[in-house]
Amino acid sequence: MALLDVRHLILHFRGVAALSDVSFEVAPQTIHAIIGPNGAGKTSLLNCISGVYRPQRGQVHFEGKDISGLNPAQRTQLGLARTFQNIALFKGMTVLDNLLIGRHTHQHSGVLGGGVYWGPGQREEIAHREVCEDIIDFLEIQHIRKKVVGTLAYGLQKRVELARALALEPKLLLLDEPMAGMNAEEKEDMARFIVEISEERGTTMVMIEHDMGVVMDLSHRVTVLNFGERIADGPPDEVRKNRLVQDAYLGEQHGIFE
Amino acid sequence: MRCGDFRETYAEDMAIFETSFARRMLFLFLGVLLLLPTFASAFWLDIGNRILIAVIAATGLNILTGFTGQISLGNAAFLSVGAYATAVFAGKWGLPFPVVIPLAGLVTAAVGMVFGIPSLRLKGLYLAVATLAAHFVIEFTITHWESVTGGVNGTSVPPARIGGLDLGGDRRLYYLVLALAVGLLLFAKNLFRTKVGKAFVAIRDQDISAEVMGVQVFKYKLLSFGVSSFYVGVAGSLLGYQAGIISPENFPITVAIDQLGMIIIGGLGSILGSIFGAVFITLLPELLRLVTGSLADSFPQLTTLFASLKMGVFGLAIVLFLVFEPDGMAARWHTIRNYWKLYPFSY
Ligand SMILES: Nc1ncnc2c1ncn2[C@@H]1O[C@H](COP(=O)(O)OP(=O)(O)O)[C@@H](O)[C@H]1O
Ligand SMILES: [Mg+2]
Repeated sequence: MALLDVRHLILHFRGVAALSDVSFEVAPQTIHAIIGPNGAGKTSLLNCISGVYRPQRGQVHFEGKDISGLNPAQRTQLGLARTFQNIALFKGMTVLDNLLIGRHTHQHSGVLGGGVYWGPGQREEIAHREVCEDIIDFLEIQHIRKKVVGTLAYGLQKRVELARALALEPKLLLLDEPMAGMNAEEKEDMARFIVEISEERGTTMVMIEHDMGVVMDLSHRVTVLNFGERIADGPPDEVRKNRLVQDAYLGEQHGIFE
Repeated sequence: MRCGDFRETYAEDMAIFETSFARRMLFLFLGVLLLLPTFASAFWLDIGNRILIAVIAATGLNILTGFTGQISLGNAAFLSVGAYATAVFAGKWGLPFPVVIPLAGLVTAAVGMVFGIPSLRLKGLYLAVATLAAHFVIEFTITHWESVTGGVNGTSVPPARIGGLDLGGDRRLYYLVLALAVGLLLFAKNLFRTKVGKAFVAIRDQDISAEVMGVQVFKYKLLSFGVSSFYVGVAGSLLGYQAGIISPENFPITVAIDQLGMIIIGGLGSILGSIFGAVFITLLPELLRLVTGSLADSFPQLTTLFASLKMGVFGLAIVLFLVFEPDGMAARWHTIRNYWKLYPFSY
């Protein structure tokens, strides 16, 4: 059974059709890429999955359950996590605090337990601090754990945002252009992390990415959007040969599949 | 010489006071505060109580406005709820203060949460106006619900009592106020190093992001109104015990503005800032009064100008802080402390 099943999504913004009847499925423990030219509706699609946008029509099923009526926080509690194209970290907080907020849905202490602190509150904080430290080690950001996020370079912020999403220990991770704006070395690191997350943690991923080389290397399946429509869906090799896909990209960039 | 500090466990790393030196200084300071009633005059004890009560209320407001980002002008009204609840529970029902004070806090928390409901839809200035409406609704209720509140004439609050123990008068009440202030400050400090407090800050910084992190934004906004109003309710309760008689005149809208001034000058989103701000804003008129009083012989017109002088200096202080130290006195304190920590190698 598919982990994520997106059915017939329709989303308009005052006449602009951002998504016209888009469907696709994501199999468990795969990396699923979503590609398409700028303005194709990729981010809108991710927003519909995470609950930030409500589509006018269509449903999103997660682990067989219809989650279309749930708000973003409820979807997160079920095991969804995401990063944003334009980074939406808590800029005034440290890296560590950003990750600790990622533990929100896994923590149980309330106002009293937290305010009294000594006892269960402190034990819980330490346990979750350890989880965060593991992720910090995994993504190699030990040296910046106490740095305020806003002061970090763009590439590092992208990595911190991935770390925060991992702190949620999600079943499905939605990544919106995780490598945009990075240099070659940073991209390589990010690609390595994504493969490791998939292989070591078994986390399923939906990834929007512009770099076709990365998409072809990493993903198990690709969905292609153009002007809000799904024009192709299949394994990378098949999609690469698709006539419609090549046409859609012709205006943007020549020879992107070379 | 102290040349830095090193931590070996996560518990140590998460401690409130970064060094044992800071902790020792704090205990020393608390010791002095404990001894205050043995040497301070009645005048200064009254001010001491008022400062500590203001610290509790300002901490409450800071939880909501500074840490959660929900501007509130309802604090004067919430204080009055705490004070009138105390008048009812202690005066009419004769309950002892260990029951009355938390109960007053809880009642105020409930009222605060009701008036926090508009925060579902309203932000910033609009929410401020909605809480302003809350102020007038509560004020109207208190002036017109005469059977309970005594209307414009007010009502009396008996001294804080339990069994044979009577905390009437500033000198004895002081210990209760101090204990509650310290306890509630510690509670707030702890809150912000655990789940709920971090969720509050997340909502302030980036509400969409907070929601995507699994924080039920509306629930936590209401919770923040609740926790904040609990603090303000406790402060109101103590205010009632201290004053002995309360009437709507004790809670004009300027009280809410004073409280906003405290957290702006002290530092939004800083527990320490709530303390600094409360001390500063409570002492300001007293110092002005001392100055105008001592100059009254040579410039008699000064005393008549006192009220406008107070507002002028208050406004000026806020403007100066907004311009020169937007993060408040607490930020300045941290800069100074960090400088001395590594002195003389502080480059
Ligand atoms: N919040 C919004 N309000 C209005 N139009 C929007 C909004 N979000 C996206 N759109 C429009 O929807 C279309 C798809 O945008 P988007 O999903 O961001 O594309 P992509 O991520 O593929 O570049 C664009 O025409 C964009 O202008
Ligand atoms: Mg996009």
